Amino acid sequence: MKRTIFYDDHIAAGGKMVDFGGWELPVQYGSGIIEEHKRVRTAAGLFDVSHMGEVSVKGPKAEEWLEGMVTNTIAAMEDGQVIYTFLCYPNGGVVDDLLVYRKSREDYFLVVNASNAEKDVEWLSDHVREGVEVEDLSSRLSELALQGPKAEEILKKVASFDPSALGFFRFVENVEVAGVKSLVSRTGYTGEDGFEIYFPWDEGRQVWKALMEAGEEFGLLPAGLGSRDSLRFEAGLPLYGHELSASITPLEAGLGYFVHLDKDFIGSVPLAAIKKHGIPRKIIGLEMVDKGIPREHYEVRAKGRTVGRVTSGGFSPTLDKSLASALVDADAADGEEFLIVIHGREKRAKRTKRPFYKKNYKR
Amino acid sequence: MAKVQKDLKYTENHEWAKIEGKTMKVGVTDYAQHAMGDIVYVELPDTGADFRAGEDLCVIESVKGANDVYSPLSGKVTEVNSELEDSPELINSDPYGSWIAEMELSDPSEGDKLLDGEAYEKLCEKLEAEEGE
Repeated sequence: MKRTIFYDDHIAAGGKMVDFGGWELPVQYGSGIIEEHKRVRTAAGLFDVSHMGEVSVKGPKAEEWLEGMVTNTIAAMEDGQVIYTFLCYPNGGVVDDLLVYRKSREDYFLVVNASNAEKDVEWLSDHVREGVEVEDLSSRLSELALQGPKAEEILKKVASFDPSALGFFRFVENVEVAGVKSLVSRTGYTGEDGFEIYFPWDEGRQVWKALMEAGEEFGLLPAGLGSRDSLRFEAGLPLYGHELSASITPLEAGLGYFVHLDKDFIGSVPLAAIKKHGIPRKIIGLEMVDKGIPREHYEVRAKGRTVGRVTSGGFSPTLDKSLASALVDADAADGEEFLIVIHGREKRAKRTKRPFYKKNYKR
Repeated sequence: MAKVQKDLKYTENHEWAKIEGKTMKVGVTDYAQHAMGDIVYVELPDTGADFRAGEDLCVIESVKGANDVYSPLSGKVTEVNSELEDSPELINSDPYGSWIAEMELSDPSEGDKLLDGEAYEKLCEKLEAEEGE
């Protein structure tokens, strides 16, 4: 299994290590997922997300080429801006969801899901043309995510720049964090304010320790994959393989905001047709009325028939409720009452608003 | 290091059994609750239901996922610990005090097949050594 450079720090902090797509990463530390989750909502948490994939797209044709590859508008970006977007297949299904950082019109930095990184690099390389260079940087960069309302104050103590001056979905590069040259963006995957910090793989061991020490007075906890998932779930943030996949379009996932059908990109024609003729399925939020914990793939029924499946589900530590996101047939999506089959038994659930937790970003 | 209570019987799946004559109280061990993490719901078995040894008795849901609990021995559920309905986290804080079901055994001699405290402690040590590698 692959290890990040922070492996020893995880073990020292009581990390419970698991195999996460070939990476040995902590699912939680000693205090447990619920405490880590709550701490990110009320103070701050530090996540090792070095497994994430990073890709460089450079060249005189980079802007134009990327425009044809992703669903969001590249031409409208400014230097130092980050956008969330999708790579789609010709049928409108999703290759991956990703962040695009614009350094200049000829230089972009893409952050993709770890489990899809190889596939994405292949996909991009297969479509590359003259004037564009695609390079996989995944093995050369570490990434830490510092998330929570105290993140700004903590980062300020160890950074060479003023994080309060960094806007939401903006980034700075060539700054130092704990003396290590880094790229820092005001982004994250928790629904809280926070930062994602990228730096060279073999140079950043001290960044973890420096952030943990800086965060001690603010209640910072190391946080694992478990709370990363429960936090993103509450905040309604999609996870590839759950709310998005080769067979679930971004429109069905309710993420049309990031799909700009006024431009041409791979998948734009079928997605425009789907939008015109009606989106066949929809992701909705469900709250359990009966007791039980809904999980991924569980069947969802309404009016005596199967209408869909749970895409993500679980206990929400912030709201103290059992919740689910479910992909259901569009004609059932406006219903109020549903049944989820949990361990062979129908349990009542009612429709509720997604996201379950209102994002607390600094804008 | 997982705690083991020497006067109980155990399964290799980390259930404990407290057997007195024809009755058995069932719970999950300290090792099990630690592996499951924060427990958020226990789907208790129905009173009066029959289970064979090794059959799914109930499900314990933690933040991480659903965990099956198997019946250590064959018998009928005579009582469930309804305290766990509202406070499932008691299993995390006191696994050996938090019984899940009381059962009337159909064949108490089956109990010979269960691990005693010492054998179970050895199993936990072995598993913990493997995890620490």
